[in-house]
Amino acid sequence: MTAPVQAISLRKGRLKRPEMATQWQLMWWKFKKHHMALVGMSLLAAFVFSAVFAEFLSPAVPSERNNSYLASGPMGIHFFDAEWDFHARPFVYARTTKRDPVTLRKLSVVDESNHWPIEFFVRGSTYKFWGLFETDIHLFGAKGGFIHLFGTDTLGRDVFTRTLHATRVSLSVGLAGVSFAFILGAIIGGIAGYFGGMIDNAIMRLIEFIRSVPSLPLWLALSAALPREWSSFQVYLAITVILALIGWTHLARTVRSKLLALREEDFTLAARLSGCTDMRIILRHLLPAFMSYMIVDVTIAFPEILLAETSLSFLGLGLREPVESWGVLLYAAQNVRSIAHMPWLLIPGLFVVFAVLAFNFVGDGMRDAADPYSK
Amino acid sequence: MSKLLKITDIKVHFPIGKAGFFGRPAGYVRAVDGVSFEIQRGETLGLVGESGSGKTTLGRAVLRAIEPTGGQIVYEHDGTSVDIMALDRKGLRAMWRHMQMIFQDPYSSLNPRMTVRDVIGEPLIANKLAKGSALSDRVVDMAQRCGLDVEHLGRFPHAFSGGQRQRIAIARALILHPEFIVCDEAVSALDVSIQAQILNLLADLQVQLNLTYLFIAHDLAAVAYACDRVAVMYLGQIAEIAPTEKLYYTPKHPYTEALMSAIPEADPSRVMQPVFLTGERPSPTNPPDGCRFQTRCRYATDACRTSIPKLREHATGHWVACHHAEELTLKGALEHGVAARPAHLDSPTIQAGT
Repeated sequence: MTAPVQAISLRKGRLKRPEMATQWQLMWWKFKKHHMALVGMSLLAAFVFSAVFAEFLSPAVPSERNNSYLASGPMGIHFFDAEWDFHARPFVYARTTKRDPVTLRKLSVVDESNHWPIEFFVRGSTYKFWGLFETDIHLFGAKGGFIHLFGTDTLGRDVFTRTLHATRVSLSVGLAGVSFAFILGAIIGGIAGYFGGMIDNAIMRLIEFIRSVPSLPLWLALSAALPREWSSFQVYLAITVILALIGWTHLARTVRSKLLALREEDFTLAARLSGCTDMRIILRHLLPAFMSYMIVDVTIAFPEILLAETSLSFLGLGLREPVESWGVLLYAAQNVRSIAHMPWLLIPGLFVVFAVLAFNFVGDGMRDAADPYSK
Repeated sequence: MSKLLKITDIKVHFPIGKAGFFGRPAGYVRAVDGVSFEIQRGETLGLVGESGSGKTTLGRAVLRAIEPTGGQIVYEHDGTSVDIMALDRKGLRAMWRHMQMIFQDPYSSLNPRMTVRDVIGEPLIANKLAKGSALSDRVVDMAQRCGLDVEHLGRFPHAFSGGQRQRIAIARALILHPEFIVCDEAVSALDVSIQAQILNLLADLQVQLNLTYLFIAHDLAAVAYACDRVAVMYLGQIAEIAPTEKLYYTPKHPYTEALMSAIPEADPSRVMQPVFLTGERPSPTNPPDGCRFQTRCRYATDACRTSIPKLREHATGHWVACHHAEELTLKGALEHGVAARPAHLDSPTIQAGT
C-alpha cells in the first residue's frame, strides 16, 4: 500500500513522510502526477485571477465607447516596426479614421508611421475597484491613443475589457449555481441515503423525472417566466437558482450512493459499537469519506452550469445587458453579418471552451486522486 | 465460572426479492435460525462452520449490531441480568461499552482518514469517558498493551501492515475495558506467522483484562489453539457444542466428523482420507425438512428426513443435534490419515504434503 507513495517521495529527493500524510496530502501527491489536470488548474487560476482583478487588468471600462474605432479588429502588439527596428517598449500602430468613399462608412486605418507605446500602470477612465474605492489606474494602456487587444463591437466597446468582466460574471454564476446545487444535492441525497426505504424510493423517482425533462426547453420556460421589469441583478440571482434546480440531481445521486455504501463499511459499524451517535458517525466518518467525491462531482458539474448559462444568455433569455457574461457577449455574434465582418466577437466563445476544458481536466485529475487509498 | 451470556432461540432472517413497489418479500434468507447457547465468564467459545453458515451474522446478532428477527439475549452484568433485546438505542449504546467486536478485515474496519491515536481514542471520546491528558494516557497505555509503537500513533492506518492494523483494531475494542469481545474471523485475513502473534496477544489480554471471547473462525487449527469450547454451525443452526478436545477427538455429529477429517496433517508419510460430502450445501432460503444436514449425511435415515433433531446434552457439556449420536462411532481429528505404504508412489490417492 505504501510503496507507490514512498516511491514518489524518493524521486522528489525531499524528505516526505507518507506514513504521516493526511488524506488531503496523499490526494495532492496523486493529483500532481496528472499533468493535464495541473495545466487545467493553472488555467483556472488565471481565469479566477482575471475575474477578481478585471477592472484593473482591462485598459478601459466595459461601457466606454470609442467612436473613432467602431467595429474594428484586434490591434496587434509589436516589438519591431515597419523598418524592422527593434523597440524595447512594445507598441501598437496608431489608427486614423477615414470615410469609405463608396459606402461612406467610417473606417479605421493603420498609420504605420505613428506608434502608440504600451505603458504600465497608466491613468485611464475612472472606475470603482470592487465597488469600494475610486481609481483610474489600469495595468496597461497605449500612450497617446487607445488599445483594443480583441477589437471592438459595433458600439466601439473594448471586447477585451468586456470579456474580462464577463469572466467574473460567468464564473460567479457557475460558482453560485454549483454551491446551491451542492447544498440541495447533499441534503436531499443525504436524506435519501440515510433514511432509505420509501423516502429513498420517492426521491429517486423524483430525480429520474427531473432528469428526463429536456433541460434546454425547461430552462427556457423557467427564464421566460421571469418578470421583464426585474433588475439585472435579480435576473442574475434567478438564473443561478434555475441552473441549480436542475444541477442538484446528479450530486444527490452521488451522495446517496456513497452514503449507502459507507453505511455498510466495517468502520461505520465499529464506530456505532464504539458508542458514536448518528450525528457523530455522519460528521466524523461518513462526510470526510465522501467529501472528496463530492468535490470531484462539483468540478464536473461546474462546466455544465457554465455552458447552461452561456446557452441561455446566447438565446437572449438568460442574463441581459448591461450585465456582461460570456453568453451575453456571444449574443452579439449571433448573425452571419457580424461573424463575417467581426469574427473577433467570437473570442469570448474561446474562453468558454478553455474554461470547460480546464474544469474537465481538473475534474479528471481529481477523480483519480479522490481515493488515495485505492490501488 | 459464572454465566456471562445466554442466548435463546435467536433468529436472523433477511427479506429477499420484493415483488413490486409496495410488495411483500418473496422469501427470507434464514441466516441464523434458532440458535441457543451460553458463554461462561472468562472462556473462549469458538464458532466454526463453512462460509455462509451464518457465523458472522450470529456474532453480530449477539451484540445486536444486526437486529435479530427473534430470540432472547441475556447478559449478566454487575450481578444483574440485562435483557439485550429489550434495550432502546441509548441503553444499547451503554451496553456496547461492555461488549465489543474485532473485525475480520483490518483494512476496512479502520477509518483511513483518522490517525491511529484518534481511532483508538474514539470510543472514549464518543462515550465522554476521558479527554485531554487522561485520554492520551489511556490510548498510550492500551496501544502498548497491544504491542503498538507509541511513536507511530500519529500515523494513518495506510502506513501499517495487516497485523499491526489488527492490533490497532484490538486496542480500539479494548479501550473501554469491555468484558465480552466478539472476534469475527479476527485472524483469517492475516499471514500464518502473524496469526500466531495475534492469537497470543488475544490470549495474553484475556488473562490481563479478564475477557470473554466469542471466537468466530473457519480455521480449525486456530480454533483448537485458542478456544476452550467450540460450537459447530451448519446452515444457520448449531450442530454440536463441546469442549475443544472432545469436539475434535470424539465428535458426535456427522458434520463435525467431516470437518475434522479435512484438517491437514503436517506429516508427509501419512495419506489424507477425508470424508467427502456429496452434493451442494442447501440454500438457507429454503432449508431441507428434518435435519438440516440430512441431504449430505451418509448416516441419514428416514427419521432424519422427517423430524428435526434438537440440540441436546449427550454427555456433560457435550451438546449435539443428531438423532443418532449414541449409535454412531465417528472418527475425530487426525484419525483419518493412514500410514503410507512404503511404495507410496503407486498410490493415486492425494498425499499430504504434495
